Amino acid sequence: MADAPTGARDLAPVLLFSAFVVATCGLVYELLAGTLASYLLGDSVTQFSTVIGTYLFAMGIGAWLSRYVTANELAVFVRTEILIAAIGGSSAALLFLLFDRVGDFRLPLYGLVLIIGTLVGLEIPLLMRILKDRLEFGDLVSKVLTFDYIGALAASLLFPLVLVPHLGLIRTGFLFGLANVGVALAMLWMLPQASRLRGEMAAGILVAIALVAGLFSAERLQRLAEVAAYQAPIIHAVSTPYQRIVLTRRNDDVRLFLNGNLQFSSRDEYRYHEALVHPALGRIAHPANVLILGGGDGLAAREVLKYPGVRSITLVDLDPAMTRLFTDAPMLAALNGNALRSPKLIIVNADAFVWLRANQRRFGAVIVDFPDPTNFSIGKLYTLSLYRELARAIAPGGIAVVQSTSPLVAPNAYWTVATTLEAAGLTTRGYHAYVPSFGEWGFILAAHGAIADAVALPPGLRFLTPRTAALAFDFPPDMARRPTPVNRLDNQALVRAFDAEWSRVEG
Amino acid sequence: MLTRRSLLATPALAVPGCSFLGALPGTLSGADMARGHLLRTPFAAGTPAETRRTKIAIIGGGIAGLSAAFTLAEAGHRDFRLFELEDSAGGNSRAGRNAVSAYPLGAHYLPIPNPESSGVRHFLERIGTITGWQGGKPVFDPYQIVADPEERILHLGRWQEGLIPAIVPDADRADLAAFFAAMDRFRDHKTSDGRRAFAIPMDLSSRDPDLRALDALSFTAWLDARGWSTPTLRAHLRYCTRDEYGTEPGEVSAWAGIHYFAARRGEAANCAGDAVLTWPAGNGYLAAAMARRVAGHIEPGIVVAAVRTSGDGAQIDALDVANRRRIRILADAAIIALPRFVAAHVVAGASAKGFGYSPWVVANVTADRLPAGQGAKLAWDNVSATSDSLGYVVATHQGLAAVPGPTVLTWYTALSDMTPATARTLMTDRPLADWQRIVHDDLMAMNPDLAGAIRRIDVWRWGHAMVRPVPGFFFGGARENAAKSAPPLFNAHSDLSGLSIFEEAHFRGSTAAEAAMTHLGFAHVSVHTA
Repeated sequence: MADAPTGARDLAPVLLFSAFVVATCGLVYELLAGTLASYLLGDSVTQFSTVIGTYLFAMGIGAWLSRYVTANELAVFVRTEILIAAIGGSSAALLFLLFDRVGDFRLPLYGLVLIIGTLVGLEIPLLMRILKDRLEFGDLVSKVLTFDYIGALAASLLFPLVLVPHLGLIRTGFLFGLANVGVALAMLWMLPQASRLRGEMAAGILVAIALVAGLFSAERLQRLAEVAAYQAPIIHAVSTPYQRIVLTRRNDDVRLFLNGNLQFSSRDEYRYHEALVHPALGRIAHPANVLILGGGDGLAAREVLKYPGVRSITLVDLDPAMTRLFTDAPMLAALNGNALRSPKLIIVNADAFVWLRANQRRFGAVIVDFPDPTNFSIGKLYTLSLYRELARAIAPGGIAVVQSTSPLVAPNAYWTVATTLEAAGLTTRGYHAYVPSFGEWGFILAAHGAIADAVALPPGLRFLTPRTAALAFDFPPDMARRPTPVNRLDNQALVRAFDAEWSRVEG
Repeated sequence: MLTRRSLLATPALAVPGCSFLGALPGTLSGADMARGHLLRTPFAAGTPAETRRTKIAIIGGGIAGLSAAFTLAEAGHRDFRLFELEDSAGGNSRAGRNAVSAYPLGAHYLPIPNPESSGVRHFLERIGTITGWQGGKPVFDPYQIVADPEERILHLGRWQEGLIPAIVPDADRADLAAFFAAMDRFRDHKTSDGRRAFAIPMDLSSRDPDLRALDALSFTAWLDARGWSTPTLRAHLRYCTRDEYGTEPGEVSAWAGIHYFAARRGEAANCAGDAVLTWPAGNGYLAAAMARRVAGHIEPGIVVAAVRTSGDGAQIDALDVANRRRIRILADAAIIALPRFVAAHVVAGASAKGFGYSPWVVANVTADRLPAGQGAKLAWDNVSATSDSLGYVVATHQGLAAVPGPTVLTWYTALSDMTPATARTLMTDRPLADWQRIVHDDLMAMNPDLAGAIRRIDVWRWGHAMVRPVPGFFFGGARENAAKSAPPLFNAHSDLSGLSIFEEAHFRGSTAAEAAMTHLGFAHVSVHTA
């Protein structure tokens, strides 16, 4: 730089410090992308390795491109910093938000990694050229690289120990974006030859403001991107007007999550669905017409179809996307044995409560497989008012079964369901089964009259036998019946009990 | 159509702290002032184009008038007409509806009635809200009982259940406990005349002079005298008197202030006695049930200008708004179910002296999603400890959908911190956009999570929403005189009770109908058994 003024030497420490900051930021973006990829796509070794590889390769591109910067290194450096701040700073937020909105998440992921890597690759060569008139070459290389590596160490320690646990990925991104733009602004502020870069100054300030805004709305962004919660690779994710459907798969274990709550694991779902269906169906002589409320995955229907006498199954599930998915996707249709394509099955996509209130038909068996009462809206599906409508839908001699959360984790919630069914004039018998991915799970049979002991199970079951089916009705003291209130629309006793008991477990 | 994706994307794009309200759709409406002001012009003079006859004319189609009509119909009386100035009956209990939900324009709930509110219980049984009786207590239709959670308050950045902040200084807690203990004693108190200290209808309250003396001072003065001045109690009581009377505690009679807390002894077989009944349309549900029963008898768009006794009957001069014709109605009896400030213009010899009215603004806010917030989950009634508004109720709260969709929030405020006259000037001056901004900003302060979700704000102004029970109003003479009927004219309105609540309107309307039937010799069984 021909116009290096006297006294510019004093600025060298500032420039070297910026090498440190720049290096820290660069590594943080790399770690962010790697962590996000392994969160969202699973298989952390592959994700980290490909992200780091792509990133380093892109840095190489950046370093190579630096040769085409022939003048105005300072301006280019400042612009690069501002761009990195904007793109790198918001990369975590962007990736989270894009995850469920793009067909193939790898495209934006590696695209962003390439862009950020390239820009970061430009930084150190440019910085060295800016400094070249201020330091001896040997001194320059030594100092810049020293600060570069110290920055890398700082980032790699800060990231897992401080940043991820305390700030989270999205905030960390915005914070380091601010550091990048801070370097740019500091240079514009301190270097005399930068006084002409007014546009850069304005852009830098704008980016800084946007990053601060992002920093403060990180929580909202995080809320919009709850997919970070899944442990296994996601193979399908879709938002419907009613819920978020996410399927994950690790080896032969396919899992369905609705709004983040596990619905089944293909490894042990047969335990759940055999326990849900057969104690009820096996107790009626001729189960001809069956109603399934919820259960859009078709797994309960699969079990019901094991009774050749069943003439028709009415399946009421709110979400057409759910029943369509489990009808059409080959892997899922294989899981339910093409139950949803059965000519005996009628699918009604309606709100179960509203449908049941209007329903005038009676059914020999009713399978009630609603989501757990985690909120007041779903809690309404477990109230006395719903069970009165349910009682109307059970034919004389018919039987209903209600999935009723874990009697071990939430005994008060479990027995509240029984008390409420009884308040609707039904006789009840509770039973439970062990489903590894859920734990000890509870069900309640309900009928207009006495519920028989004898049960006739269809052949080919993997879990229930006449002996285990009888033992399931025995409740040890830790799950034993206790006095509970009736769950009504106006007291939501179940949601409150469920919440209190499960929060003790899940914290 | 909005997809979930676009719903999710919207708040992410909104910059916090900024509101891009722009021109939000909405309407600015209220009682039809132009029609109301016709009363002040001498249009009714001159010869009527048409004279009609009816046995009983009911003037005014609010809850009092509808209750009178319902009572007549239930008693088997067929020869009556109800004249309503607006295009639809219901008064303060009218409702609106859009593609998302029905919603109230004013009154939005009915507490589980007291045993002595026998007329209201009888009515609720007739329309199926009471479905039966168990152990002497009414069984209510569970779909009409307010669903849990009923209410929550935003206090220091966090929602909690109930309407009184839980985390307060010990002194505040002691005052709250002492106040509510005193209210419990009033509630249980029966005087030597065998009456409840405070009853609903208020006409059945004790006549004990010591209790009546409470009417002479303001609620604030009464509280001051007991040393109950801690801020949490005072803030709650201010919320209550504004919510119930549209009036500051310093301007309501202590009798009214205590009546609010000590008169409710609701009984129900299948829910708590202090629960309320509510519907998406608010009390529009009750008004509609009454209007359906008497559908052929209601004549909307009739501005009654003058009512006078003529011979043994009543002569009513009115304007038919639709075809701008003067009409005269000759009736054997007339039930004046008008607020007093209107009756004073219409009925010969009637005066509105002593009757003041509180102005309200109600906004119905259509939103893409339900409000959320830290702490307690969304309730039916949601109030902020720091806002001067009275919060919002959720019109879709009683819905059964397992996955909630868009909603309508009914937001309320009473313009009580200025004179009613000033408030009315403000109401006519302020354009829609100003009201929308006030509502929007207030909602955003309570629920920033609604950013980007508000689709429209419809504002309804009530210039004379509620009678103001100021000190001396109950037992100072003016109200009692107004409540007296001079057959063949029978007065019926909640104004005559000084309490703008459904039960009082129903009581005044149904008793006036029964008095008119008695006057005309029409045999009937009273719905009032207390």
